[in-house]
Amino acid sequence: METGTPPQTRHNVKAAPQKVKTAEVAFVGNPNTGKTSVFNALTGLRQKVGNYPGVTVEKKTGIILSPDGTQIHVHDLPGLYSLIPKSLDDKITADVLIHASTNPGSLNLVAVIADASNLERNLYLLSQVLDLGLPAILVLNMVDAAQARGLDVDPEILSKEIGIPVLPVIGNKRIGIPELRQTIYRYVKETALPAPAAFLNLEKHVEKIIQPLTAQILKNTTLHSHQANAQAVRLVSSNSTVQPAPGIADPSSNGNSADLLKLVSGVREKLTEYGISWETLEADTRYSWVDAVCRKAICKDDEKELSLSRKLDRVLTHRVAGPIIFVFIFAIIFQSIFSWAEVPMEAIENGVAWFGEQIASLMPDGVLKSLIVDGAIAGVGAILVFLPQILFLFFFLALLEDTGYMARAAFILDRFMKGIGLSGRSVIPLISSFACAIPGIMATRTITDWRERLVTIMIAPFMSCSARLPVYILMIGAFFPDISILGIFSLAGLTLLAMYLLGIFAAIAVGLIFKSFLMRRIPAAPFVMELPQYRMPAFRGIFLQMIERAKIFVTDAGKIILAISIVLWFLASYPKPADDAGVSSSEQIEQSYVGQIGQFIEPVIAPLGFDWKLGIGLITSFAAREVLVSTLATIYNVENADEHSTSLREALQNEVDPETGKQLYTPLVALSLMVFFVLACQCMATVAIVRRETNSWRWPILMVAYMTAMAYIGSLIVYQGGLLLGLG
Amino acid sequence: MMNITQKLRALDTLKAGEKAVVKEYDEKNDIMSYLVEMGLLVGTSLELIKFAPLGDPLEIRFRGYHLSIRRSIAKRILVEKENA
Repeated sequence: METGTPPQTRHNVKAAPQKVKTAEVAFVGNPNTGKTSVFNALTGLRQKVGNYPGVTVEKKTGIILSPDGTQIHVHDLPGLYSLIPKSLDDKITADVLIHASTNPGSLNLVAVIADASNLERNLYLLSQVLDLGLPAILVLNMVDAAQARGLDVDPEILSKEIGIPVLPVIGNKRIGIPELRQTIYRYVKETALPAPAAFLNLEKHVEKIIQPLTAQILKNTTLHSHQANAQAVRLVSSNSTVQPAPGIADPSSNGNSADLLKLVSGVREKLTEYGISWETLEADTRYSWVDAVCRKAICKDDEKELSLSRKLDRVLTHRVAGPIIFVFIFAIIFQSIFSWAEVPMEAIENGVAWFGEQIASLMPDGVLKSLIVDGAIAGVGAILVFLPQILFLFFFLALLEDTGYMARAAFILDRFMKGIGLSGRSVIPLISSFACAIPGIMATRTITDWRERLVTIMIAPFMSCSARLPVYILMIGAFFPDISILGIFSLAGLTLLAMYLLGIFAAIAVGLIFKSFLMRRIPAAPFVMELPQYRMPAFRGIFLQMIERAKIFVTDAGKIILAISIVLWFLASYPKPADDAGVSSSEQIEQSYVGQIGQFIEPVIAPLGFDWKLGIGLITSFAAREVLVSTLATIYNVENADEHSTSLREALQNEVDPETGKQLYTPLVALSLMVFFVLACQCMATVAIVRRETNSWRWPILMVAYMTAMAYIGSLIVYQGGLLLGLG
Repeated sequence: MMNITQKLRALDTLKAGEKAVVKEYDEKNDIMSYLVEMGLLVGTSLELIKFAPLGDPLEIRFRGYHLSIRRSIAKRILVEKENA
């Protein structure tokens, strides 16, 4: 976490000065170039994962040691197609590079990772990086896949044409990595930068037209003339509706912004007069260079063009087979987090309980024992219990992402999500949230657009997760008899279905609201998605990702969960009754702070049909929704009760209002309570993970606030509406 | 002049498997500048691979890679069909 980093250094990748000699290397490349597999192969397990301040974009740094003892920090920057940013992720990378171009020495080397079978688009980014005047090498990844497709890329010709080292590697097989390491050592040692060459070969008359703009930029900066040229072209080509071109020539950060804009529009007019499309000037110019280089360096064998990928896609994105295969794959994933994970989860719960008992038997009774056993150990248990689901889901997500299937799933499902401003990418996190919102929210990492990621995070907790099921089962079991409806349905089953549907509708409604109001100001990246080649997964990388996610959850979200657990323990255990001996656990909780709060809020929740006992349940179940069941069991003195317990059901059914003598809990109250649990964010782990993933308290607080408000209003409508209809 | 405009058609009117050359962007906007930077320039050849099962988005291939774009974007890209 680097929330405290002052804004002026936020995109500076340079580490704090240390006694050890350090060097900074940036890994840059298009998405889907296997950049991370090269990064993993190079840096191994010595990686640090953090967040860029203020955004949900992850910051990954690996450390390698050069033979002369220099500590080399390798930064795996978010993938991008161009230095003109289209999303916040892009902007981070663009900002780091542009910052480095104006602060010589802050980056010792930029390693541009390129997919050898898709070189043209990759070289476009490379030429932009080179025009910044940064020392760069080209890492040609997946040369084996390119050869299999009949593409023979000659690294030597490429190196000669571009004038920088070109290193062929196969990241997931760790081939070419030692050579890459040696090259990095060499660059880090050299202090004299190679003189930057020009890669933007403008035609003479175009250069003349933009000359006034170039001159203006040169006057204000210390750039080389061709760097200024590249900046000028970018300013001309950046469409006005796009965010301003970053960095040096950004009109907003330049003293003479008005002058500059006037010059830009003058140049655009002139270009139009000459019949040159200024919108595409940069792309046209760079691609003509790219095409020339590729003609020399790539030998194409068109015979093999119809690759294995295309054959696989004939089935996997087939009109009929595609959706069926998706449902099948997803059923396996869902099964794994919904029921296979149950086994290790139960083992963890039992293990933690056993451990708590062991500790308890060693300690004298008292505050400390209660704090450690019921507060701390129980809190740690509440953290660890999520690990199986997280590990299972991330195993599958990494596998799908690695093989290239994830993009296909998004391709198939995009149409579904378009309506609420989301794309196919948000389907998997949302469906995963039916098992548990924690891994679901963590899975939003696969969504490339920051705004879409945020909306998905905000609506994921509406999906009825497995922790709500015990609440539904208890309430339906006690108050909704198994009457058959239309022969094939039962009232109980339909009620359960209604709860799931209510959650989905709430998610859609909130998604629409977020889309049209709250997030207007966050720019949306256009939905343009690459469908990468299918490839064999690198299990090492998948394993690394699983460990990384688990670590992030335990360390970052765990802190918050532990803190809330201890607060809840305190509220439920204090104040202690004067005489401990003769007091039952139900009396204990009733006179505790939680009990007092329950009675205090009773007037507020009475319109929902809840008494103060349910009020206690609402508070304790903030630890996790299913805690409502055990809390009610404690209040009604039912021992060892779960949601299927008949005695707990009977206790609820038989509860009468002490004043009126009528049944206190009716089916209407049960329905109102279930609606509350569908809509409310009764889960401290969700709050903790949203805090971690959005890197701010703003979104989790907003989430709790609007979900609680919706839950209150929803229950109010159900209960009061029901009373009006005479259902009480 | 008539002759040329008659040959132009929106990208989303191609059938799966048909090849074409980009001739014009109907609208100059963010998405166009995005696609242009990804190498879909005026003059670039492409192939329409397929439509998604629900008819949207669609998959095109150019410069050796596959890209998925929505119909609403494809409508704005005018192409000329290549003769087989």
